[in-house]
Amino acid sequence: MSNQFQPQRRQFLKQVSGTAGLTLGVAMLPASRVVGASDVVGEALSPNLFVTLEPNGDVNITCHRSEMGQQIRTAVAQIIADELEADWQRVTVLQAKGDPAYGDQNTDGSRSVRRNMERLRQAGATAALMLRRAAAEGWQVSADECVCDNHKVIHSASGRSVDYSELVAVAAGLPVPDSDQVSLKPRNQWRYIGKAIASVDLTSVVSGNAVYGQDVQLDGMLVAVIQRPPVLYTRPKSIDDKAARKIPGVVDIIEMPGASAPALFAPLGGVAVVAKNTWSALQGVQALKITWSTNEHSTYHSESEKQRLIDTAQQAGETVRQRGDAQAVLAASEHTHSATYYAPLLAQAPMEPPAATAWVEDNRVQIWACTQTPQATRKFVSEALGLSPEVVEVNVTLLGGGFGRKSKPDFSVEAALLSKQTGTPVKVVWRREDDIQNGYYHTVSAQYLQAALDSDGTTVAWRHNTVFPSISSTFSPDAVSPSSGELDLGFIDNPFSIDNMLLEKGQAKPHVRIGWLRSVANVYHAFAIQSFADELAHKAKQDSKAYLLKLIGPARMIDLTEDGAEYGNYGDPIDKYPIDTGRLRNVIERVCKLANWDQRGQQGRYLGLAAHRSFLTYVATVVEVTVNDSGEWRIPNVYMSIDAGTVVNEGNVKAQCEGGAIYGLSCAIGELSAAKGAITQSNFHNYQVARMQHSPANIEVDIVDSVAPPGGVGEPPTPPFTPALANALFAATGKRIRELPIPLTIR
Amino acid sequence: MKITINGQTEEYQGDPQMPLLWYLRDELHMTGTKYGCGMALCGACTVHVDGQPVRSCRLPMAGVDGKSVTTIEGLSSHNDHPLQVAWAQHNVPQCGYCQSGQIMQAAALLEKNQAPTDSDIDSAMAGNICRCGTYPRIRAAIKSAARGDAK
Repeated sequence: MSNQFQPQRRQFLKQVSGTAGLTLGVAMLPASRVVGASDVVGEALSPNLFVTLEPNGDVNITCHRSEMGQQIRTAVAQIIADELEADWQRVTVLQAKGDPAYGDQNTDGSRSVRRNMERLRQAGATAALMLRRAAAEGWQVSADECVCDNHKVIHSASGRSVDYSELVAVAAGLPVPDSDQVSLKPRNQWRYIGKAIASVDLTSVVSGNAVYGQDVQLDGMLVAVIQRPPVLYTRPKSIDDKAARKIPGVVDIIEMPGASAPALFAPLGGVAVVAKNTWSALQGVQALKITWSTNEHSTYHSESEKQRLIDTAQQAGETVRQRGDAQAVLAASEHTHSATYYAPLLAQAPMEPPAATAWVEDNRVQIWACTQTPQATRKFVSEALGLSPEVVEVNVTLLGGGFGRKSKPDFSVEAALLSKQTGTPVKVVWRREDDIQNGYYHTVSAQYLQAALDSDGTTVAWRHNTVFPSISSTFSPDAVSPSSGELDLGFIDNPFSIDNMLLEKGQAKPHVRIGWLRSVANVYHAFAIQSFADELAHKAKQDSKAYLLKLIGPARMIDLTEDGAEYGNYGDPIDKYPIDTGRLRNVIERVCKLANWDQRGQQGRYLGLAAHRSFLTYVATVVEVTVNDSGEWRIPNVYMSIDAGTVVNEGNVKAQCEGGAIYGLSCAIGELSAAKGAITQSNFHNYQVARMQHSPANIEVDIVDSVAPPGGVGEPPTPPFTPALANALFAATGKRIRELPIPLTIR
Repeated sequence: MKITINGQTEEYQGDPQMPLLWYLRDELHMTGTKYGCGMALCGACTVHVDGQPVRSCRLPMAGVDGKSVTTIEGLSSHNDHPLQVAWAQHNVPQCGYCQSGQIMQAAALLEKNQAPTDSDIDSAMAGNICRCGTYPRIRAAIKSAARGDAK
């Protein structure tokens, strides 16, 4: 606080106590302790769930979304602190517990900013208005004459200003204004929104002090490791735990309740070893001898299932979108092209395997978990224990990555069941093997595409059939067909301007639990569509970029209802977030300029291009590859252009583009297979993910400066990566990649 | 047995086969060293033993008897190791879970090699996985710390 401010402060206090009434005076002068002092002294200003100003003026901002690396804790603070005109150095971010009072807390679908930005701005602006009104009362001026500016309220007409700390108690006594009285700052006055502000968790991470779900420690806590069934919904037939019980530190061996369809978010069952520490539990579980029952999933073999999926894709499917008569044009055309695309099961494999700690007492349950979904955790834990949700408190730790895996609260339910049974706090530690072999998987998919070209090489008919076991099977045992929610992800919203288009889906039965993975169905749909577009360009002997732009056609807003298709648009209104091919074209133009696309031939560079709209955001990616004489490829450069509408943190959008591209690389080179119903891979030696030496040496990101409503950021950078890579490898080698994983050596 | 952890001597009487990782995490409650795979495949548990980078998830306590262990918590006194500073300057972490191991691995690299090339960095860091994909920034931060830019 500057010396200059002191006289103003005294003047302000005098004014407040002298003119604005006793109660306010008391509030401003805690030492006097007069009427109702205990109620108002030291009172914080807390006009809503998201903002509290402590009596000393420090600001606590509550983040109700889970932090898994997307820096939402920083973004939420930027949004609120901006409207509050808070000094960033005086802001602390708190993490909300699971509570429906916050509204939706399920941190997935790239929607934290787009669904919350306005209400968080409102939350900050409400507190700011109350501070202005408090100052205005003190100064006996109109609040309209006062402005908030970096933790002060200023009355410029009289040259007076006061720090928020002096206003907290007064403001806390004012009624919370209705939202229609609250005005938001114009964009040109944004102080934090849009800026590349460093993560609020940076120091705790680089010092090793950040606390994740695996790190939770409670007094008297036991650690459990669970051997879950290798095949979905099978149960232990026999359990020999004699050796396990002899391991020092092992406290108990507990058979978990078995699971049956639908999987929902229930634990899978199996046998838990509860021990005094993690090492004892790990050894104990290794020493268990379990024989398992068999069921209809025990014959699941991913290789034979792959052929079944491909056969289905190549047959006629069920129409979900139709324009013109693609079948007739295809049948009559002299120039047709077809291709089958296949992508295997994947695991999200966040660096931190799932972990949850539970402490179940008589009528109180506490959970600490790295969860994307604290409210669902509360619901499923309370249901499993037969308690009401109100007695379940869910504390959200930092997440060591989520990528969709931690949007299922099964691991918290396991901890709660074990804590109830043992009467002590229990932490359930998932091993990497559990994460890979007992997950909620990114589904396996087969897609068949056909196109007819006219004599100029223009695509005049397009047919696309997509076949995959659906996420909806996790919730409904009868679901054997892709859900509309998944078709909405980059399939039914195909942006191409082709007169004859037929989009179909086919049936596929699941044999594992299917779940969400970063960008979900967009990953395999973008792979097939953007690769096939490149195939057509090649067939037509035209430049890939020019051909893609021709397929997309003129800038326009696509109305899918014209083609008889229903479209969810990521849960947001189509008029607010249209399918705008102008924006898609723009990111393509921009990324090609960044990559120097037109000069690639002269420069001897091999580039691949792909573009995709997902989560209401447009991303175009160019991947550059080099391939040596032995067929080993490397990625020296990646270029990306993203139009995510209004962005809150430029630095983190860039980081999400980099990370999303590398996650896309993992999706391109990774594979899970299954034999006799069980996942074959178990850890990072046989489940391949991108390492430093595979990853792009350089990623250049262009962010479109936009005033459009915010779109998603965490997921959209991933889908275009794989097709851009595959198209680049085609340019370099002439080998078309239609099946994932892409081998690290192409011969 | 006696082990020095971040300069402090600790007595250990337990199972000599227990990996160092679980001693650090469960007994000393030093959770900066992370569990990621348990098979020395991901590098999240990297610490220094007598200055060498090792995967603590596979190193039994018997192997550290009489040795000196440095973890992320002991890398610097005020989180001001040039790599920690560079990590902050480059905003390397996303979720942050693997970063203790990445920093410890990189610190061991810089001890041996003050001017690592891209290929030196690739080979030194090949065993450290980051699922958020912060590799380009890790590379840049290592180079920046090596140049002495990170202060």
